[in-house]
Amino acid sequence: MNPKYSNTRATLAIAKASFRSILRSPSAVVFSLAFPLIFILVFANIGGGGMSISVGVTKGCDTLNPVYKALQKNTIVHLIKDQTADEMNKNLAKGSIDATIDLKPFVPMKPIDMSVQYSHASGDKGAVLKSALNNIFYRLQSEQLSRIKAYSGIKIPDAVNLKETVVTGREYKYIDFILPGQLGFSLLSSGVFGTAFVFISLRLTLVIKRFFATPVKRYSIVLGETLARIVFSLLGALFIIMIGHYAFGFTLIHGVVTVLNMLVLCAIGLIIFMGFGFTISGIAKNESTVPPLSNIITLPQFLLSGTFFSVTAFPTWLQHVSNVLPLTHLNNAMRKVAFEGAGLGDVTHQLFILLLWGIGVYAVAVKTFKWE
Amino acid sequence: MANQPIITVKNLVKNYGDFAAVKGISFEVYEGEIFGLLGPNGAGKTTTLEVIETLREKTSGEIMVDGFNIETDADSIKKRIGVQLQAAGYYPNLNLSELIVLFSGLYGVNKTPMEMLEKVALTDKAKAKYKDLSGGQKQRFSIATTLINNPRIIFLDEPTTGLDPQARRNLWDLIREIRNAGTTVVITTHYMDEAEVLCDRVAFVDGGHIIGIDTPDHFIDQLVATGFEREKQTKGANLEDVFINLTGKEWRES
Repeated sequence: MNPKYSNTRATLAIAKASFRSILRSPSAVVFSLAFPLIFILVFANIGGGGMSISVGVTKGCDTLNPVYKALQKNTIVHLIKDQTADEMNKNLAKGSIDATIDLKPFVPMKPIDMSVQYSHASGDKGAVLKSALNNIFYRLQSEQLSRIKAYSGIKIPDAVNLKETVVTGREYKYIDFILPGQLGFSLLSSGVFGTAFVFISLRLTLVIKRFFATPVKRYSIVLGETLARIVFSLLGALFIIMIGHYAFGFTLIHGVVTVLNMLVLCAIGLIIFMGFGFTISGIAKNESTVPPLSNIITLPQFLLSGTFFSVTAFPTWLQHVSNVLPLTHLNNAMRKVAFEGAGLGDVTHQLFILLLWGIGVYAVAVKTFKWE
Repeated sequence: MANQPIITVKNLVKNYGDFAAVKGISFEVYEGEIFGLLGPNGAGKTTTLEVIETLREKTSGEIMVDGFNIETDADSIKKRIGVQLQAAGYYPNLNLSELIVLFSGLYGVNKTPMEMLEKVALTDKAKAKYKDLSGGQKQRFSIATTLINNPRIIFLDEPTTGLDPQARRNLWDLIREIRNAGTTVVITTHYMDEAEVLCDRVAFVDGGHIIGIDTPDHFIDQLVATGFEREKQTKGANLEDVFINLTGKEWRES
């Protein structure tokens, strides 16, 4: 009459309960889905523009001047004509205008009479404008020179013989950078915060103690919780990838295969991050000590692991720090898989470092984890 | 019916570090009775229960539960007992039905949520969360979870603490029903009136020792025989009877 007790059934019962609970927990949904999507939305829209230089055009500036026409054609120069001289001076001092320009009427065969004001407040942008102007001047002079050459027979050698070509390649959009980073962030917060909160609250509210009065095995509890979190996070990751792909043009080189590879990476990353969560749930005295401890783990990785900007933008000493963090390697592996079409076999270096982290983290977790 | 022991505790000792919580307790619980462990806070009641429930390691002593040794057969014992913990919570964000499904999985039995909730008159709360229940409903739900595996014995740790008189009497009826269905009940309480009407036998625990074990009637007769008299003679009714009489017997769901 008593069927044999099934540990698998007990594990799945916990996984099912935990999954339902996660779906109904607002913080899990916000951290795993809403935040990454908001970041993607924000950064996908501001990231694409590149550099823009605002140049104020003074009243009475000659808009038929060839220099003015050349500036109009320049895509990074943004000409502002609707401000008074007074406003322009103020904005120039604040740096919201990067330079002002005044061109006197163009008289053929006379030098172009113009004045440019730069601002200390706008950093490198003045230098970029200066180089853009020099480029225009060079072309104007070259035209004059060729006209002179046409009249006289004098041979003037060219200083530079320039050949410019553009290589056609796959466009690396900002979404291709930001999305894997956001996936990593989502996994990190779910793995660390989620796991730590669940286990400390199950312990403090004696839910685990009540479980222990049933025939369930300890590993079933951990396994069931892990299973639920992996399923939830992978569904979340899939959702983010789909939105990224269809709404923002995220590159998935080999389509479904790429997605599957990314999901495998997600699962590996999550399991490692959960190790931090287990450790924190053991160290924390109560629920209110979970957020500070979790932030110690997540914030540095959030900032230094190439979530928002490439690690190569940091000074070298900081890059060394970045290259130690597990999220950096997860992000790198994810980008290689998504954008370069690498398989899991091509990211073994990253996987190896993640494996080392996994061993280290779980060695600590086993020591610190508390059941009651 | 012959008094067949279902739980035997011999010289149970439990130390927490230097502190001795239980200092050599021995008693038997008979099959089919309601057995009360009584005593002040910190007397060792909960510790004793938790050792029998396989939740804590004993320091020394011998315990048999339904023929199984606590040391060698903890798993068999877990399958035969139902445990209600003092102040235990339930898995967050789940409703009562889902919690019953979870416990069915943990015990490896097939019970429908409705059949379990019906036993404790909570079918109309099937979709409610545990934290939204009233005190009495919470206790009845806890008892429902102890019954899922058709246990031979259930352990109830202060199930009526904090309940109003109606809810308390309602819970007594439920506990009697469970006993009448053949389940042995071990209960702790601070209310002597409760032990008097509910328990077949009680043991007084103090300072980690058992200082007396008998039926409530016997204890009272013994005390009266020594010449003990209450300062105030009891009347035919007490204030609780007045309360119940005035506010009605029906149990209120808050």
